[in-house]
Amino acid sequence: MRMRLVRTAVGMALTGPFEVVLANGWNMPVGVTDLSRDIHTLHMVIFWICVVIGIVVFGAIFYSLFRYRRSRGAKASHFHEHTTVEVIWTVIPLLILVAMAIPATATLRDMYDASEADMDVLITGQQWRWRYEYRGEDVAFISSLATPREQIEGQAAKGEHYLREVDQPLVLPVDRKVRLLMTSDDVIHSWWVPDLGVKQDAMPGYINENWVRINEPGTYRGQCAELCGRDHAFMPVVVEAVEPEQFDSWLAERKAAAAEAAMGLDREWGLDELMERGEQVYGTICASCHQPDGGGSPPTFPALAGNQALMDDRERHIETVINGVSGAPMPAFRNTLDPVEIAAVITYERNAWGNETGDSVQPSAIAERIAD
Amino acid sequence: MASHLPPKSTTQHSQPATAGVASQAHATPRGIKRWLLTTNHKEIGTLYLVLSLTMFFVGGLFAMVIRAELFQPGLQLVEPEFFNQMTTMHGLIMIFGAVMPAFVGLANWMVPLQVGAPDMALPRLNNFSFWLLPVAFTLLLSTFFMPGGAPNFGWTSYAPLSTTYSPPSTTFFIFSLHLAGISSILGAINIIATILNLRAPGMRLMDMPLFVWTWLITAFLLIAVMPILAGVITMMLLDINFGTSFFSAAGGGDPVLFQHLFWFFGHPEVYIMILPAFGIVSVIIPTFARKPLFGYASMVYATASIAILSFLVWAHHMFTVGLPLVAELFFMYSTMLIAVPTGVKVFNWVTTLFRGSITFEPPMLFALAFVVLFTIGGFSGLMLAISPADFQYHDTYFVVAHFHYVLVPGAVFAIMAGVYYWLPKWTGHYPNLRLGQWHFWLSVIGVNLTFFPMHFAGLAGMPRRIPDYALQFADFNMVTSLGAFMFGASQLLFVAVIVMCIRGGEKAPAKAWEGGEDLEWTVPSPAPLHTFETPPDFQPRQH
Repeated sequence: MRMRLVRTAVGMALTGPFEVVLANGWNMPVGVTDLSRDIHTLHMVIFWICVVIGIVVFGAIFYSLFRYRRSRGAKASHFHEHTTVEVIWTVIPLLILVAMAIPATATLRDMYDASEADMDVLITGQQWRWRYEYRGEDVAFISSLATPREQIEGQAAKGEHYLREVDQPLVLPVDRKVRLLMTSDDVIHSWWVPDLGVKQDAMPGYINENWVRINEPGTYRGQCAELCGRDHAFMPVVVEAVEPEQFDSWLAERKAAAAEAAMGLDREWGLDELMERGEQVYGTICASCHQPDGGGSPPTFPALAGNQALMDDRERHIETVINGVSGAPMPAFRNTLDPVEIAAVITYERNAWGNETGDSVQPSAIAERIAD
Repeated sequence: MASHLPPKSTTQHSQPATAGVASQAHATPRGIKRWLLTTNHKEIGTLYLVLSLTMFFVGGLFAMVIRAELFQPGLQLVEPEFFNQMTTMHGLIMIFGAVMPAFVGLANWMVPLQVGAPDMALPRLNNFSFWLLPVAFTLLLSTFFMPGGAPNFGWTSYAPLSTTYSPPSTTFFIFSLHLAGISSILGAINIIATILNLRAPGMRLMDMPLFVWTWLITAFLLIAVMPILAGVITMMLLDINFGTSFFSAAGGGDPVLFQHLFWFFGHPEVYIMILPAFGIVSVIIPTFARKPLFGYASMVYATASIAILSFLVWAHHMFTVGLPLVAELFFMYSTMLIAVPTGVKVFNWVTTLFRGSITFEPPMLFALAFVVLFTIGGFSGLMLAISPADFQYHDTYFVVAHFHYVLVPGAVFAIMAGVYYWLPKWTGHYPNLRLGQWHFWLSVIGVNLTFFPMHFAGLAGMPRRIPDYALQFADFNMVTSLGAFMFGASQLLFVAVIVMCIRGGEKAPAKAWEGGEDLEWTVPSPAPLHTFETPPDFQPRQH
């Protein structure tokens, strides 16, 4: 703890003189966790070391260039070796590096200690959205970009949080240690929120670990940092940090809502309500690849509108959405969407854009298939 | 103007006139066949340099598209899919098409001249190494016209984005990289054979000019790591076309394996692109400071240390993939260690300047800018080595700023310095000094306007490889784009200087630069087609 206080004090001393300039979106944010502060301190220490070395080296260069110009009548001397000097300028950098490695090692050990967490959140990257699951709480949802298309294409004024706003933020409590588990359903993504000092790759087939204990309530924004395909730039992360009591009541609400959604399995759904729900799901989940008008972008993402194979083979359509297509970008949605959403979106795809099959797929049938 | 001219008393002690006679003894083909069939190191060097300059403009055009799209927030000019093709092809073309062939071209021209050899050791192989490249890059560029477009997964080609999720053209991309890789390996073998076997009598390894030394070490790096690139892209090929799952988690494979293999190639590759630059600068600075290079031996040892360390640091590109703590620590310490030999080199260059007699012809201007700006890239490299901080820097514009500082005012400026330095030897004319100065100052201002604001954008949170960005990054991007257009346009001056220099200009004597002490300055300018047919009389200098 004392080490941490010392580090924080050093950090503040280093940032102080440049606070005005550097705090204003030109520098790494100090952030709102102890670790993000430690990282910031390391960043400032190594930065100032570089500045000092730079002043010495560049000073020597420009002095020599000025003082020993031939136009000033400089005569070249012919020395070309000096063992003592060469040893000194090998050893001094080495000592500076050792001095730098010690606090860096300490911070890294803290970052890797995800033990004794109060709660776990599983973060799953998908082209091009994040899925958040509160482990053991039966609460999971998908968080996607909320910036309207018109703003991106320049047909509307850009909002304050352009490209850094989502439909449902990740809600986390302050003052609790939250373990973040990362994985991916398709390609590699990287979950990054600068204010939290967390950037961790989400890899298919791996579960990576990081952790966060947020000190101040607030909204913290970041985005996917690893190139993950076409809409890599449109995959923001928004974290809303709230007081623990507020978080507990929020979580209880979400649990109740999830239970209610499960009730939908018991009854027969009409075509219209499936279409209505399906249109929403299609818009947030499917449209990024298959396009809002169902036109797709072949050859990678096939068109759904007017797709005869899709209309003819209802079973295969259901199978594709539930289990994905192996060896192709189409992911499995069995764990991502609930049965109502899957049924609704399949129904929508079979009846929108002139695909007039008249089919409706019931949530209960989907739930049975997934259970098999 | 006369500052670069040697004193009048210097006589042109060149090769006997038999040089010209010998070349006429062969039935030399004319026109296109001359270039297709040539086995002459000078002609092949020229071919490499012309290819490199062409690719520099192709890759530069892609960069201009990227910067035009990023000029302001929103999607204006290109679709994200095409933007990703631009970033990928910009990287591939600049690395494999512009920087590497430029260094090989300089080696072809200058290594035999600097060691006193009549030609490269394996002239026919030399021809083959070159002609693989136009084929490779025609194939690579043709992917733009294939269904699904060109590769769009970044030059690093991380699986599974580059395998399961890649466009059909990826197979052609793999084949073209194989061709470029074979070319590099053959070129490296040729350079090693030339340096080890064809040095002038009496020239020991520790008498060689540093450009030759750095290329010798680079050639070993190429032979060591190009097969690894070939291996990893072959595994991609198998995953894409033959149903294997090396990198697909669904089939029991491992996407992290790709990154380990790629960076085990990729990090030495970074030094392949900078060590010959060190060599060029180490030759130019003593010439224009009129003073021997300080610490010749420590320069050689530092280069070798950097080359060896380059095999031990690869995972610093992977600090956020979830490595175990001990691996993070190992790669952090080993990466920090590279600062030591690199620092030694910088200190040696500075000390070479100290108490010299310095003039500022274009080669020297570019070499000096190299020392200063490469050092800035070194500083950001040191910052990136600090693993905890890298969790914030990784995959942001801070990284883009870092590697462009070491590659553009680093490698590319060193290449330009080399071109200005040796143009009198190649063409027999001095490059236009005034135009060269304009080219230098516009380039140096443009490069800093382009790449310096990227540090701020990255620290403030802008990831790399995005076609659109949040509003707080708008100002940095606008400055960067303006700088990039300026830098891009000023390269047309470079072409003008070269073309004018080929066509005419002030005549250069054999020893074109007063301070030039290496063997290339003992043959006439322009260098005749055949030189050193009888070994030169080499007198070792005191190092």
